[in-house]
Amino acid sequence: MPKNPIIQIEHLSKSFGDKQVLSDINLYVRKGEFITLLGPSGCGKTTLLRMLGGFTAPDSGRILLEGKDISDVPPYRRPLNTVFQRYALFPHLDVYDNVAFGLKLQKVPEADIEKRVKKVLKLVSMSDYEDRDVNSLSGGQQQRVAIARALINQPRVLLLDEPLAALDLKMRKDMQIELKEMHRKLGITFIYVTHDQEEALTLSDTIVVMNEGKIQQIGTPIDIYNEPVNAFVADFIGDSNILNGKMFRDRRVAFIKHEFDCVDEGFGENVSVDVVVRPEDIYFTNDPAKCQFTAKVNSCTFKGVHYEMWVDTDTGYELMIQDYDPYPVGSEVMLYIDPDDIQVMKKERRFNAFPARVTGEGRVMFLDTEFECNTEGFAVDEAVTATVRFEKVDLLDHEEEADLTGNVVFILYKGDHYHLTVKTETGENIWVDTNDIWDKGDFVGIKILPADIKLVKAESGDE
Amino acid sequence: MKAKKVFARAYIWLLLVVLYAPIVFIAVFSFTEAKSLGNWTGFSMQLYRNLFGGAMQNSSALVSAVQNTLLIALAASVVATLLGTLAAIGIFNMKGKKRQTMTFLNNIPMINPDIITGVSLFLLFVFLHISQGYLTVILAHITFCTPYVVLNVLPKLSQMNPNVYEAALDLGATPAQALRKVLFPALRPGMISGFILSFTMSLDDFAVTFFTRGTIGLDTLSTYIYADARKGGLTPELKPLMTILFLLVLVVLLVINMRQSKNNEKE
Repeated sequence: MPKNPIIQIEHLSKSFGDKQVLSDINLYVRKGEFITLLGPSGCGKTTLLRMLGGFTAPDSGRILLEGKDISDVPPYRRPLNTVFQRYALFPHLDVYDNVAFGLKLQKVPEADIEKRVKKVLKLVSMSDYEDRDVNSLSGGQQQRVAIARALINQPRVLLLDEPLAALDLKMRKDMQIELKEMHRKLGITFIYVTHDQEEALTLSDTIVVMNEGKIQQIGTPIDIYNEPVNAFVADFIGDSNILNGKMFRDRRVAFIKHEFDCVDEGFGENVSVDVVVRPEDIYFTNDPAKCQFTAKVNSCTFKGVHYEMWVDTDTGYELMIQDYDPYPVGSEVMLYIDPDDIQVMKKERRFNAFPARVTGEGRVMFLDTEFECNTEGFAVDEAVTATVRFEKVDLLDHEEEADLTGNVVFILYKGDHYHLTVKTETGENIWVDTNDIWDKGDFVGIKILPADIKLVKAESGDE
Repeated sequence: MKAKKVFARAYIWLLLVVLYAPIVFIAVFSFTEAKSLGNWTGFSMQLYRNLFGGAMQNSSALVSAVQNTLLIALAASVVATLLGTLAAIGIFNMKGKKRQTMTFLNNIPMINPDIITGVSLFLLFVFLHISQGYLTVILAHITFCTPYVVLNVLPKLSQMNPNVYEAALDLGATPAQALRKVLFPALRPGMISGFILSFTMSLDDFAVTFFTRGTIGLDTLSTYIYADARKGGLTPELKPLMTILFLLVLVVLLVINMRQSKNNEKE
């Protein structure tokens, strides 16, 4: 941690009803940096920002501003200002009075107010709009007024809640450049919330990737892109091929049934891992000596700057490749990957493991459901761990015959199969490997055969 | 085809005649001197002169009834507008079932027959040993006006950007300042229509006033006219009074309509 972070967040947690939206968030923000909270909708990023603004109270944990605990300080006494998602301008005031609102409350002399309003409107390029009715402005102009209104109070930190989400693409790109320029000029700390990974990569000094109320990774845009720590981050930021692999030893990894040199160390020997290869990092070659594997081009789409191709490897995996030159569909190509471009990640789990209780001879209870399975060697009422391999979980499109039901919440394509996260009705996750195509949000029946449930002693979790 | 059109025209005119004939009738006969309704004895402004010149019998009672009516309507609608706006904000910030229940509870007094509202308030005041008079009439009017304000303010709240209140806090306004400087101005159209509605509801109320005014001889216009009509026929001077009231309400309605169409244009 740096010496004097402007904001420190310690063990912050929050639930709405029985839904945990933030769990044990720890984060610090350096003075003057542009930090982005990035994640899909519902990941908790907006809740975290609202807590910084003081609009939502944390259940536990605290927020320090320049070393002082501000968790209990109401929003109107926090030296932070917010730019809201849909501008939230005051409809009954004109541009000038919207911007002057904060200063008028502080009883700043009228002459000073006028000077400062003019200055900040110039900063956001809205100089000639002082007397305009805010309802007559375009979305982009309203956003500029909202930014000016927040900046005029000279906040220690500016909070921005998806400020560009409502603008069209061209306008958004222009505003991104202007925001970055404003940040550089003012030297104020910006905390920015977005679900747009490209926006985060463009603007930020630091990106905080969040999912399901937890921080997944904190790093510079380059770190996050090149060295994602898990499959979620790799999938969320940019395009990627995410594959199951095995680390043989340091700097030697196998995936798509081929062996590759890589630069990662310290995983141990013969350890299952996840491997990420960016589509622009798989190269075509004509040199048989360089070729590591061959593949057949399956589809080729022009994407503006590059072509996006899907290829089937000689070993039966599907990979995405981006290249400036197209290769005809059906052609056989030789491919290689640089050791530098192979990102190896620790697998978060290798199989499902649920806390369970033996409820009787041949019966066990987990996920709030009773299953049949072999309970030999375990006493009735004993707490155990039930393990199920990913590919042994069956998903059904109907409820009959299913043991329990859930919704598909996350889908990862692993080259030859899909790895799904299914959330049960009671809010627990089951991970499933399948060749069937499901969509995010699908309602599914879940079935596990008695022979596929293996019990082990509680807590050990080994197969 | 043509016959159909003529029939449609005729129908709407018939409807308008039935609706407005009684009012027009009173207005027309306010310009003649005849004591009994329906007798035309030539055009005259005498009744108007009597009404404003104080030459009618019992004119001081009428003047005090008008004063009472206006005072009660003003007090009740001001308080109801404040209470109703705050209640609407509260209801709006509730979630799901709770909000539904509260909206439903708010609607009941509006469809509840006036006579029941009046009698039950009467019983309540007796039970609480509150001596009936001005205060109880005003309280009673506040109770039946407030739901109308809530109903007028709620849609303005849902039209409002939900972050506007928070934006005010964010810029340094205390909750009270945010309410005064941001929420009230944003809700003003709803508050004004709620206020006007309350005012007119209070003006023309008879049943509730009748049961809550007690025995101190407090009269509003409606109870005065009622008593007057029972005492051997309507005093002729009331005809011009009703005509003037009708015109006043007409003007208010026109103003509201013009405001609304101006607002719509703006949006």
